[in-house]
Amino acid sequence: MLTQTVHIEKHLIPILESVSDPEIPVLSVLDLGVIREAFEENGVVKIKLTPTYSGCPAMDVISDDLKKAFSEIGKEIEVELVLAPAWSTDWISEKGLQKMEAYGIARPLSETHDKDVLLGDKKLVKCPQCASTNTHLVSQFGSTACKALFKCDDCLEPFDYFKCLK
Amino acid sequence: MNSTKNDNNSLPMGEMSGGQRGNLYNYILGIADNSLILAQRLGELCGHGPNLETDIALTNISLDLLGQTRSYYQYAAKVEGAGKSEDDIAFLRLEREYKNILLVEQPNTHFGYVMARQFLFDIYHLMMMKELQKSKDETLRAVANKGIKEVSYHKRFSSDWIKRLGDGTEESHGKMQEAIDDLWRYTNEMFQMTAADTEMAEAGIGVDVSKFKEAYYKEVSEVLKEATLTVPESKYFAKGGKEGIHTEHMGYILADLQYMQKTFPNMTW
Ligand SMILES: [Zn+2]
Repeated sequence: MLTQTVHIEKHLIPILESVSDPEIPVLSVLDLGVIREAFEENGVVKIKLTPTYSGCPAMDVISDDLKKAFSEIGKEIEVELVLAPAWSTDWISEKGLQKMEAYGIARPLSETHDKDVLLGDKKLVKCPQCASTNTHLVSQFGSTACKALFKCDDCLEPFDYFKCLK
Repeated sequence: MNSTKNDNNSLPMGEMSGGQRGNLYNYILGIADNSLILAQRLGELCGHGPNLETDIALTNISLDLLGQTRSYYQYAAKVEGAGKSEDDIAFLRLEREYKNILLVEQPNTHFGYVMARQFLFDIYHLMMMKELQKSKDETLRAVANKGIKEVSYHKRFSSDWIKRLGDGTEESHGKMQEAIDDLWRYTNEMFQMTAADTEMAEAGIGVDVSKFKEAYYKEVSEVLKEATLTVPESKYFAKGGKEGIHTEHMGYILADLQYMQKTFPNMTW
């Protein structure tokens, strides 16, 4: 696990939890680990947001959604995009990973195992529908930048795998 | 592109002279324009890929490159300090002001060309990004750290296709060889250093790309050989992109890219 310094003021958590990832709506921005800092200063809420992938279009939407959520409770907000340290799939919370699996997306494996499944043809990714690991990679690039496309050879369902990013 | 602020308080820019700042600005555009124009070329393929998975892969790659471009342009705008936005830099320059290498502006012709162009760029791109991770400039380092994993995926994808098509049927082999032969003349330009490149490399900010020319051709040749393709021996190389002198294709790309801003100046989404 990477050490991460996250500074989020407690009273802001309920509102942050109400803002979800537009591409995986079961995950809040906190589950996803993209909020690096959130604090109030002179009546203004300041948020530091880190992108998952460089071109992730969800970041603009998240930024707008945050502004909307806070303006609804009459708070002014400033969102700043920070690139360093780079976001990692380790920053997704365990609760987030469970929600992701229940939603039908296979959770990221460790870095070594990720390479094994994306480069070689090791069968390690667990089908989120039937839990079989008898699965194969269809494409390294899936429905969004952060996912790869897999198919289960037991239940025959295609599914997304959240690629490990470290 | 929208107006989310970027955290770019890296270089002690106050310590830089006007000339150095200008060189840093030009250096950033040199890197960023390659990604922008290649992203635009790949974007043209959206909905036109040979199959769904490949279509998605190409647009994913385009999106990664565009994301990197945005980070670079946001930083360039800040370095220039003239109050411009990333959009101004992307959309409001004249052809001669774009500094991308000629390779990335070459047309999609057929799938073999798309993959050859990608492969020839990816090998270079990954080498450049690895070095940029060591930059003294905090922002450039951050963009490289963020983008390097993406670029390694690109390289894996394009290298796989080179092997698959090169070592495929007689027809796929022929088309792949044709594309490699045609695009080979644009490879040498990658390693030419502009004045901005040299100054930034000396300052420990930029990458001395001339240094990994040999390693580049070695790696490219290894993949081509594995793909049963012939490594071209042509000694004729085209150049000019880095100085703003582009091939005839560039004007058409910009006509497309800049259309909305030219039609509706200052429009935003
Ligand atoms: Zn299954």
